[in-house]
Amino acid sequence: MSAASHAAQLQLNHVLLEKTDHLSDTIYKYQKGKHVMATPSQLVLRSDQEFDAGKREDILGRWNRRTEELGVNVKYNAEVKSIRGTGPAIEGSVQKIVTRARDGTSTTTEVQRHAPPYAITLTSGEVVIAETVVLAIGTQGNPNLMRCPGGDLPHVTYQLDDPYAVLDEHIVVVGTGDAGIENARGLAEDSAQGNVVTVLNRSSKSANVRESFATAKEPNAKALVEDDASGKLTIRYETETKAVEPGWITLSTRDGEERIRCDRIIARIGSAPPRGFVEGCGIEFASNDRLAFPTLSPQFESTAPGIFVIGALAGYPLIKHCMNQGYDVIEFISGNTDLKPADEPLLEAKFASLPGRRRVNDWLELLRTNIAILSGMTTLQLREFMLDSDARFYQAGATIFEKNDPGSSLFAIAEGAVHVRIDPRDPSKVVPIQQGSIFGEVGLISGRRRGATVVAAQDCICVEISRNAALKLQSQVPSARRAIERISTERQLLQMFGSGLTPDDVREVVDTAKIMPVRAGDSIITEGADDKDIFVIRVGSMIVEKVVGGKPVFLSYLPAGSYVGEMALIDGGQRTATVRAAIKSEVIRIDGEAFGRVLAAKPALLARARADMETRRATNAFVESKKDGFSGVVDLYSEQAKFLVSQGLGEATDVLLIDERLCVGCDNCEKACADSHDGLSRLDREAGKSFAHLHVPTSCRHCEHPHCMADCPPNAIHRGPDGEVFIDDTCIGCGNCQRNCPYGVIRMDKVPPKKPSLLSWLLFGSGPGPGEPPYKWSKKNTKYTGDPVQDDKLDRKKAIKCDMCAGIEGGPSCVRACPTGAAIRVSPDEFLTVARLENEGA
Amino acid sequence: MATTPAPAPATRRRTGGTRERQSTHEGFLVHRSGRWIKISATLAAALILLYIFVPLPPQHFGSSWLGYTLGTVGALLILWLTMLGMRKRAITPGGWSLKAWTSAHVWLGVLLIVVGTLHSGFAFGWNVHTLAWALMMIVIVSGIFGVTAYATLPRALSANRYDAEGAITEKQMIEALRSLDRQLHDAAQPLDPECAHLVGRSLEQDPFTGSIVNRLTGRYPQDETRKAAAELRRLRAHRPRLADDPLDKVDALLTRKEAMLARMRRHLRLKGWLQAWLYVHVPMTFALIAALSAHIVSVFFYW
Repeated sequence: MSAASHAAQLQLNHVLLEKTDHLSDTIYKYQKGKHVMATPSQLVLRSDQEFDAGKREDILGRWNRRTEELGVNVKYNAEVKSIRGTGPAIEGSVQKIVTRARDGTSTTTEVQRHAPPYAITLTSGEVVIAETVVLAIGTQGNPNLMRCPGGDLPHVTYQLDDPYAVLDEHIVVVGTGDAGIENARGLAEDSAQGNVVTVLNRSSKSANVRESFATAKEPNAKALVEDDASGKLTIRYETETKAVEPGWITLSTRDGEERIRCDRIIARIGSAPPRGFVEGCGIEFASNDRLAFPTLSPQFESTAPGIFVIGALAGYPLIKHCMNQGYDVIEFISGNTDLKPADEPLLEAKFASLPGRRRVNDWLELLRTNIAILSGMTTLQLREFMLDSDARFYQAGATIFEKNDPGSSLFAIAEGAVHVRIDPRDPSKVVPIQQGSIFGEVGLISGRRRGATVVAAQDCICVEISRNAALKLQSQVPSARRAIERISTERQLLQMFGSGLTPDDVREVVDTAKIMPVRAGDSIITEGADDKDIFVIRVGSMIVEKVVGGKPVFLSYLPAGSYVGEMALIDGGQRTATVRAAIKSEVIRIDGEAFGRVLAAKPALLARARADMETRRATNAFVESKKDGFSGVVDLYSEQAKFLVSQGLGEATDVLLIDERLCVGCDNCEKACADSHDGLSRLDREAGKSFAHLHVPTSCRHCEHPHCMADCPPNAIHRGPDGEVFIDDTCIGCGNCQRNCPYGVIRMDKVPPKKPSLLSWLLFGSGPGPGEPPYKWSKKNTKYTGDPVQDDKLDRKKAIKCDMCAGIEGGPSCVRACPTGAAIRVSPDEFLTVARLENEGA
Repeated sequence: MATTPAPAPATRRRTGGTRERQSTHEGFLVHRSGRWIKISATLAAALILLYIFVPLPPQHFGSSWLGYTLGTVGALLILWLTMLGMRKRAITPGGWSLKAWTSAHVWLGVLLIVVGTLHSGFAFGWNVHTLAWALMMIVIVSGIFGVTAYATLPRALSANRYDAEGAITEKQMIEALRSLDRQLHDAAQPLDPECAHLVGRSLEQDPFTGSIVNRLTGRYPQDETRKAAAELRRLRAHRPRLADDPLDKVDALLTRKEAMLARMRRHLRLKGWLQAWLYVHVPMTFALIAALSAHIVSVFFYW
């Protein structure tokens, strides 16, 4: 829209194609009265449309008026089906499209690109011819389609407008996400509707609705199960569609095929990003990664000449970015080629503190030439990348980070060199890292604390790459990914087995090492197997189990950064225990024989590996001996450990546990939490699961790779100096983190007004007392000023989660305020050890 | 000069570096390997020995040097013990631990029996002085009861929350009851008016009705759900058996509701006991402070 407005302003010949009957569909679909944020606030807006933070209605109103004023040529209800070049074929420009089916096979189709002008075919059949196309379609996708035979029949539908308008039908709902559940329940709500509703669920039936309805919200799933129990509708578990024909559907169930009546199918099986459509236009993506963006020139031109991609699809989800890009692209198309991008002042500020007084473009060029992993980036990517990163100057001898500091950023050396201190007591023992290389990658990959102190060896300029920027870099630039992987594998080996090894010693091992993803619950080593490979846990964590007396017994927990599998290599024989992934993990698989040769050449290393092995042996022997004597205790310990892992301890760094043998239910932890943080409690003591008197309340686990960070538009979630994951003040209240958190620990709420002091409550009973004030009190006591901007601020909901009381002397209030000592905070590598077994009375 | 740019916004300081992380833990009674029980026991023994072996006047012991010391210590101790209520609610920054406070509160509170009683010199009578002592003893005994409750009931409370599907919370219990009520309401539609009325009475009764006695004993003789279930079964005995009797479903639902009600009531009973003693402990503390003030004033003015 911004692009079209500018085109109208410049009186270019244009048409704005709108899929729906209104402008700005994304914001139109926001709930009524939602506050729309205008971040990043430091970015200058450059558009013929105004945009400032405000209510949805105001913004839409302003835009619609302005669009009319400018005389933008809008074509409503124009959904684009395809874009094809109509000019001559472009020599050597062939687009390869790889489609992957669910069963893992892939097919490649090749599309010959044609030069502009482009023919844009609409779903109505109309064709629009355009010299240049600006794609600003965002990333909201199209519904996934049924793929079984008959899936294209007219009674197979993908949405339901009014469930009450459907009467006396046999309906099959496919898909058990929230949309499917809401449709099914609406159709069966009143028995007078006369509908026979069947819900198909691929998962098996489980007492825990979270397992059987993994993609739905819990209350929705529970309500559906209840409806099933009361006979309103039927849920068929472990069932998929086999074939569809008019009036009937064939299902494949656990017990074979079954044909039932069916007048209507509602398939709510998710939606795919519009990649297929975009690729069909001849636009290439940077990689096969699901999250990859199209390859673009600095002017947002895609690999199809004349097609420009802007907005969320180009990797910029924020409204302001999109509007600026629309403007810039039109400027470029109209011939203004030396327009400086809107982020120029931001980048200038980034480089301002560095010595040398170079211009932004020179700095970018320097980074690209000097830093190996950045060399494959386009200027556009590099600019975007630098917005998320920091360039810093360190004088010789300055500490860049210290051992055990938390941090998940990656550093790259643009100029100079650094030293890694390998012995904390002796600053002279160092490993140098040269210009162009990277460091800090262990923190990035494993999410654990820094493994060593790094100091500047000479005056140097480093780029600190935030975790998000580093992940993006790896998905955009495959060569960067490989370089980072190789360096990290090599360093991990060197760090794990201590000094005395050089990169040359492990070269063969690194060359043969493979990085493997492991799904939660899958095993990398099976007890009794004969292989000899060694595994290094790169991401995630593992648990070691052994069958004792016919039952698997939990032996130990392995955090990221540890290795496993050395026993079979050193002593020979079969695997003595099974190692399974506690959560989704990544391991480096090292060829046993290659590693065996390194061990043979380095007796010191062998001695060290033997020492590690002896410790593990002792643990195993201890657990096994206890198992004979006090079978119940070991079972309990083992079961409890498995329970904790299932509750997310496998990826936690610091988690609140409550010993139910001590907890008197006073909720002082919640009250303390609320009183330490603006009057809102960030934990729910009673909620959450318990096992054998150990309760995991609903409270942040500070995951190694926080799910909440994955999709935060203003990038407001960070890991703090104590390892806490916190949300800063730039939160725009979008709720993505809340949806992404698998443990439900983030709440969206507004800050209640300040309470009267504790003393005035104790003495005069004023205010609601300690803890979170009741909603009614907050509502009554919110002091509205009458100024809409101020009042809006008071009412704004933000994401709220535990920050481990960072910045508060004394540490987490929940633990300090527990009168009986029931509340403890633990980290899994300390807690999930046999020490517990010894202490808990075995 | 070394430049060390702060990695995060400069306002975020490291504060948790020194904080204690535990892989095992102790309850409040044995905090720090029983530090406070040891201190209290030693002090109690020392005070009793002093009382026995130091030569003191047989009359008006309270005005002797030991008496004054015990009295002053006792009064200050009472005030300090009262401050637990403040400490618990004032979530100020700092290295305090409420568990340590509770531990000290419990064991020094028990020590107060020795301090207070020795201070009295075993001179009891019907006066404000003995009243203060008696109130003190009521507070301490109620406190000991509370400690016993804290030490024993949480296990039962936690055990009551488990079932085959894992632990459920109070909120889930209430939700489960609501859901059973909805199902009962639907299932009771085909019943005849007499039976429907019985089910209706179970639905209408608020599961939380009942006095404090009901709650603490866990007995609810007026429970309509149990009555309805019993009455429906009695009525059914006199009727012909049907293949698809709607009463079957109602009966099953009523049984489930009864079980869930019993569980929730057990939950409420245990929670009740965990809190009930405070309704003696705290008001009596204020009465004690009033009596103590009267005692001190009267001693200095009228002795």
